[in-house]
Amino acid sequence: MITEQAGEKQKNRFSLTRLIRENSRAQGFFLISPANIYLFLLVVLPLILVTILSFLSRGTYGQVVYKFNLTNYTRLFNELYGKVMVFSLGIGLGTTLICLLVGYPLSYFLARAPVRQRSLLLFLILLPFWTNFIIRIFAWMIILRSGGILDSLLQWLHITNAPLNLLYTPTAVLIGMVYEFLPFMVLPLYTSLEKIENSLLEAAADLGAPPWKAFIRVTLPLSVPGMVAGTILTFIPAMGMFVVPDILGGAKTILIGNVIRNQFLTARDWPFGAAASMILMVMTMALTLYYTRKAGFGEELLL
Amino acid sequence: MSEKKPSLWLRIYSFMVYGFIYAPILILIIFSFNTQKLNVRWEGFTLEWYKVLFNDAQIFLATRNTLLIAFISTLVATIIGTMAALAMHRYRFPLYNTSETVMYIPIVIPEVVMGISLLVFFVMINFTLGLTTITLSHIAFNIPFVALVVRARLHGYDRAIDEAAMDLGANELVTFWRVTLPTIMPGVLSGAMLALTLSLDDYVITYFTAGPGSTTLPLRVFSMVKTAVTPEINALSTIWVLIIFVLLVFGQIAQRKKA
Amino acid sequence: MKKISLFCFLIIGLALILSACGGAQKSTTLNLYAWSEYVPQQLLDNFSAQYGITVNYDTYSSNEEMLAKLQAGASGYDVIIPSDYTVAIMIKQDMLEPIDVSKLANFGNLDSRFVNRDYDPGNKYTIPYQWGTTALVYDKTLVPSAPKSWVDLWDPAYNGRLVLLDDEREVMGMALEVLGYDRNSTNTVELNQAEQKLIELKPNILKFDSDAPETAIISGEAWAGLVYNGNASLAYQEDPNVEYICPTEGCTIWFDNLAIPKGAPHQDAALLFLDWVLDPQQSILISQEFPYSNPNKAALDLLKTEDPELYDSYMSFPGTNPPDSFLANTKPIVDVGDATTLYDSLWTDFKSR
Repeated sequence: MITEQAGEKQKNRFSLTRLIRENSRAQGFFLISPANIYLFLLVVLPLILVTILSFLSRGTYGQVVYKFNLTNYTRLFNELYGKVMVFSLGIGLGTTLICLLVGYPLSYFLARAPVRQRSLLLFLILLPFWTNFIIRIFAWMIILRSGGILDSLLQWLHITNAPLNLLYTPTAVLIGMVYEFLPFMVLPLYTSLEKIENSLLEAAADLGAPPWKAFIRVTLPLSVPGMVAGTILTFIPAMGMFVVPDILGGAKTILIGNVIRNQFLTARDWPFGAAASMILMVMTMALTLYYTRKAGFGEELLL
Repeated sequence: MSEKKPSLWLRIYSFMVYGFIYAPILILIIFSFNTQKLNVRWEGFTLEWYKVLFNDAQIFLATRNTLLIAFISTLVATIIGTMAALAMHRYRFPLYNTSETVMYIPIVIPEVVMGISLLVFFVMINFTLGLTTITLSHIAFNIPFVALVVRARLHGYDRAIDEAAMDLGANELVTFWRVTLPTIMPGVLSGAMLALTLSLDDYVITYFTAGPGSTTLPLRVFSMVKTAVTPEINALSTIWVLIIFVLLVFGQIAQRKKA
Repeated sequence: MKKISLFCFLIIGLALILSACGGAQKSTTLNLYAWSEYVPQQLLDNFSAQYGITVNYDTYSSNEEMLAKLQAGASGYDVIIPSDYTVAIMIKQDMLEPIDVSKLANFGNLDSRFVNRDYDPGNKYTIPYQWGTTALVYDKTLVPSAPKSWVDLWDPAYNGRLVLLDDEREVMGMALEVLGYDRNSTNTVELNQAEQKLIELKPNILKFDSDAPETAIISGEAWAGLVYNGNASLAYQEDPNVEYICPTEGCTIWFDNLAIPKGAPHQDAALLFLDWVLDPQQSILISQEFPYSNPNKAALDLLKTEDPELYDSYMSFPGTNPPDSFLANTKPIVDVGDATTLYDSLWTDFKSR
């Protein structure tokens, strides 16, 4: 009788477990459905519309004409837009590299800071970004303008004796870009560095490695996920950025972001703008996919 | 990493970087008191612009809109995003890879592309542009960021706690509410904070999806800046920074008290 | 502690939502969509006080932006302020509601020179709001010699000292006129030549700025430039050494007009608003606040008596009151239809050099 009861209990428990397991797949699906539905409607569907738009044409007065053709894409694959694209890539790359060089020591400092101070220090990096983006750039104009604050300071310190004429040059643009994207590099790097176990570094020291060697052989490789995440978060938006070059660079350059914006506003050639957007999107997605396959994605992106 | 007294060079360097980050903010604040209307050169001290600011009805409307949109979009995005993060962390469900890819699209596509696609979409379904469209758009780009942050926090989460709770008789829902959620709450709050920040300062996507009477602060500032860069904008930013700073200080004090 | 903060969060949220609902229930509204810093708040407040209609003032920063949004289907606006060439496009595309000017009591206040113009014969769809010119501004103490023609700006002495509007039609138009062509040309050969001419000018350009080019002039970073009359007037206010001329090759004249988009939800209010703006007492507010040219003759007469000092400075500066010789040399910008794409490509190429 006891064995019978035991047998019954076992049967019950078995079916209950299976139910939970089945449920769990369903549970997961259920949990992610709101996100899936929402994003499908508001991200995937609109992007499909833009893709369709990119194959249509512009009417005489800038309206959309439903004539299917590939001219938008063929127009993009010529020397002019290639040049614009390369230039945009250059700015993106330059910004990212400088952010990496400038930001890495800062992230290291943060990762080693007393634990109680860490969140405050991080917040202090983010705080300026709660002001308006445009105004921050305008503040840089005041600083970099010929005879402005930077010039006055440098001349007062006798480092220079003539105005540097930095404003409206590519240098000013880079300064502005690095300024805007630095937190996007610092935060993921910090997350990555913070996770590095002390025991590893202690082990390296025990094995006789000097600090610089420990850094190169232990810390640096382990911070690669952070570097990858920071690069993605910096490079992609930097490539599409046009506000900083317009304001700090005197709008003397034309980047892919300008081209897209011009199509929707000045030239009113929506199909062409859609095509340019598609190309930009494909490139960024390809880059991201490549990176994530190689070095992992996600966790180190943010705190 | 453990704490370690950083070398002097590192400390000086970090101090300089912080200086770099705060230099424009300082300029911003100082020039909010400039008498010169065009704010090109410093001419004198005045509080006039703060007065102008407080009498500016459009700014108040824009501020109210911005806060409303940020609040709602953060709330909705945090709920949906947290659910998504839990799903992706724990379960292997059908369409897992597709869901993950779709989730990351808003993060990797340029804002201008997303803004334009949303405009085209709303127009095609004949949805009037306004506060609703802006809010819907903000939710769309906030969900992935929340999901990402929460997922990062979930990464080291030990399911043993959940299982222990369930063994003790709690069902899934109770376990979630009283065990899982409080543990991941720092991550959820971080995600919400990020969503809030992104929504408050968003320009590009808001620009494409705004309609009559639905100007937000970034849009308003941008158009003010487009025509006349008066110190009124600096005054606005200074107040904004002040409020955040005060909140920060309160937050720190609250944390100390808890400890 | 957490529960309390969550509770506070929800209460604040509820308050915000309720405040929004409360605000939006007004039955009489007017949705104005115009350039920023273009319609005086006092004028709007007076209108609201007179008719009990609330005015929402949304802004755009270019005609194309407004046009793009409206073409995309954005609706809900009652009054817009398009420029002349945009009006022409909108009429062709049936995007404007016809207006019966006989219903506007104040229509007669307008200077007869500024009504019934090419872009809207008979004023069937628009009434002029403000007008102006786009021409050459310079600081006479900074330039090597007073420029008389656009071509003078190509002088290497101007290296890095010019500010130009970031506007492909205005800048290309200037180059076309320097070469002796029509500034609205659609001829491919002429346009390519214009672009080459501009490339020669590039070393002299300090910056492109359509928003506040006057700041470059005032700060002395730029010595001369291609700007709107409004920018020139603002520069003049800060620096009396500023001069504004129409060069020998020619310059642009533009008109901004009040219009009602097709399908506007509050057309009655829109018509009331149009008539309101034409009232000299209200129109005078525009001239008192913004440095453009006012087509309302009655308003200018009123200004003479109400604010003689402002009237004098309005009349004496070519930015606000161009002399006949200036006006004779102006031409409007006209939409170039399909050639717009060519202009855009050439502009992109020019900027990429």
